[in-house]
Amino acid sequence: MSDAVVTRLDGPPVEQEIAMDMVKRSLPVFPVVVLLALAIWGWKGAASAGYGFGLVILNFLVAAAMLAWAARISLGMLMGAALFGFLLRLGLISIAVFVVKDAAWVELVPLCLTLVITHLGLLAWETRYVSASLAFPGLKPDHKSSTYTSVYDDDDSDSTTPPEVTHP
Amino acid sequence: MELLAQLAQVTGEDQIAFGEAVSAGFAYGLAAIGPGIGIGYLVGQSVQAMARQPEAAGMVRTTMFLGIAFTEALALIGFVVFILLKFA
Repeated sequence: MSDAVVTRLDGPPVEQEIAMDMVKRSLPVFPVVVLLALAIWGWKGAASAGYGFGLVILNFLVAAAMLAWAARISLGMLMGAALFGFLLRLGLISIAVFVVKDAAWVELVPLCLTLVITHLGLLAWETRYVSASLAFPGLKPDHKSSTYTSVYDDDDSDSTTPPEVTHP
Repeated sequence: MELLAQLAQVTGEDQIAFGEAVSAGFAYGLAAIGPGIGIGYLVGQSVQAMARQPEAAGMVRTTMFLGIAFTEALALIGFVVFILLKFA
């Protein structure tokens, strides 16, 4: 157990790489979601969908930053950051929705639908990519910045070094 | 006795509103407990895996992050249902 408390991970921040990958994937999706909401719910729906989309992206980025920061300290800290980060981010999302729920430009249905569908959609998209590269390195998409996909692929010339683990 | 007298004055609509608020609160709370347990188990096992096999830490962290996000989606769905039932 003491290993988990004092061991820290000095490898590449894979969480941040995944989150940035999701942000990049979300860029072409954003106008589609907003236009769809505009067509169904009007301007209020478009604004709400945009707000929800931003919340989802921010949620991923904050989660990744917290986990990457905690991993550099210790595995125990990583666990604490994951658990309390979950509560913190859920609270922040709740506050962000409660603050605007009565605003004139907000329509609750598109906001809520965007929150769930975007979150699950981006995750499924990223999981498909990660699964293909982790389980079958030969199928790895040609993406130089995605170092987290090639950590275990020793034969790959552009692979990164395995994560360093420090035992103080 | 004073409390009972106040309760007796509560109308049917107030009782319904009270019930809705309590139910929505319980629904949101219960929707957060499940993912909390799930994330705790997921991260605990991941930390154990990383402590036992540090060379696999990159892969474990990758799948852990995606697992956390998927589990968190459950809480998000609970929150969304709560908001839609209560305010929409």
